Amino acid sequence: MELLIGQMFAGLSLGSVLLLAALGLSLTFGQMGVINMAHGEFMMAGAYTAFVVQRSISDAGISLLVSIPVGFLVGGLLGLVLEAVLLRRMYHRPLDTLLVTFGVALILQQAARDIFGAPSVDVRAPAWLQGNVELLGAPIPLTRLFILLLSLVCLAGLVVVLKGTPLGRRIRAVVLNRDLAETSGISTRRTDQLTFFIGSGLAGVAGVAVTLIGSTGPYLGTNYIVDAFLVVVAGGVGQIKGAVIAAFALGVLQSVFEFSTTASIGKVLILVLIVVFLQLRPQGIFSLKTRSLA
Amino acid sequence: MTTPTLLPDGEPRAGGLRHGRPKYLEVRGLTVAFDGFVAVDSVNLDVIQGDLRFLIGPNGAGKTTIIDAITGLVPATGSVNHTGTEILGRKVHKIARLGVGRTFQTASVFENLTVLQNLDIAAGPGRKARELLRRRKGVDPAVQEALEIIGLTRAADKQAGTLAHGQKQWLEIGMLLVQNSDVLLLDEPIAGMSQDERDETGQLLRRIAASRITLVIEHDMDFVREFATSVTVLAAGKVLSEGSVAQVQADKKVQEVYLGTAGMEGH
Repeated sequence: MELLIGQMFAGLSLGSVLLLAALGLSLTFGQMGVINMAHGEFMMAGAYTAFVVQRSISDAGISLLVSIPVGFLVGGLLGLVLEAVLLRRMYHRPLDTLLVTFGVALILQQAARDIFGAPSVDVRAPAWLQGNVELLGAPIPLTRLFILLLSLVCLAGLVVVLKGTPLGRRIRAVVLNRDLAETSGISTRRTDQLTFFIGSGLAGVAGVAVTLIGSTGPYLGTNYIVDAFLVVVAGGVGQIKGAVIAAFALGVLQSVFEFSTTASIGKVLILVLIVVFLQLRPQGIFSLKTRSLA
Repeated sequence: MTTPTLLPDGEPRAGGLRHGRPKYLEVRGLTVAFDGFVAVDSVNLDVIQGDLRFLIGPNGAGKTTIIDAITGLVPATGSVNHTGTEILGRKVHKIARLGVGRTFQTASVFENLTVLQNLDIAAGPGRKARELLRRRKGVDPAVQEALEIIGLTRAADKQAGTLAHGQKQWLEIGMLLVQNSDVLLLDEPIAGMSQDERDETGQLLRRIAASRITLVIEHDMDFVREFATSVTVLAAGKVLSEGSVAQVQADKKVQEVYLGTAGMEGH
């Protein structure tokens, strides 16, 4: 019983990391149709932000709480620059976007290496996140619980913005019908920028979060980018509820497979499962028409 | 009933408003070329506030392209002057905010948003950044009135994509009303409607046109005869004839262009 709960929670926890990494993508890839391979590097930037903030604020608790908004800002600004300098010229060319952002990802990785060095750095978790809580006899690490909560808060925030505010209506309007949005007086340029800022900012927050469960290196982003895209595609491009279900399903399945086999066999099983699923249901769990993909 | 502010009483007439200084849309030398093919060839067109102008012509005459050019969706040369303000060359959303609204040939609404959300988007293009994140309570009176005018009050919370075709076209018109457009460019607003819906739409167009600059693209000559106060005939990208329905129907050049097509003499 404890084992089962422990595994379930490990899965949920993995799912929440995937969700954090994928939430931003569900905006930039899902809503806008931009394949941003540098999304993982925005996470990496967020992680290093946490590291830098902790160097200036030594209290681990305060630095974590400061890092989250600063990480959002850093990720968001990187996204804004990428959008303004490169992406806006290629909204109708998804393949070019893929190559360009892959190049940007490499540049960012090298930049991180030059600034922070190749070896990984560590961010201390605050004292109040060290240790475990017991859930029905199974030990649950507090850091993992924190990430789960953070991902749910980010999710709730994103849903409120998208569904409840004029900005969210605008973002959805621009996705649904660009010409009609423009002739209704909405600046699609401004909306694109804002959407990309928020999506990239969420990557930054995800980066801050993963410093709690592992060390931070220049190639941190590459660990997450593929899984994040898998979550968005399996969930149905442009569908946040799909991404949520996909993230937690993938997390739980992966931890179950890994437990009953090995880490690499588990990964293989997951990928096979996704390939089969997408063969049967190419549009993902839910589907929505977006402007340039799917 | 709320007091009508979107649709003041009145009837459209040829030549536009009799009193005051009517607003106008003055198109001069408008030319659109796609890869060397001239779709719109130095078109001159004047539409005055209070006139219900129809734009007719055979398929491929460039009618929709003219509207695309005026609203900035396709690049064009020449001049489009809206009551003293040059609008050609501005960005699409800036032109919209200058009061130029349009509908699309295929009924275009934001399908996955509700009727109310569609109207709300149209009503608030100039919203300030800090208002964008605020959830608002209640319904804008203009939006409420538009819902009544287009008969969708009870469908306000339905997804726009689930509306009947005719209702979508009405929603498009409602969006233009709350958008506060004083220039309305309507691309086949009655396509696919039943006879009753056509009549209702025609009456609505008359009420709208009484106080606005209205240009309607339409194929159905019965509808044009019944509701137009003036007509411009376009063929092969050029203005062929202009005047009342009777005048353009008597025009030899127009008869030539329509010879062999079912257009001019009705269906």
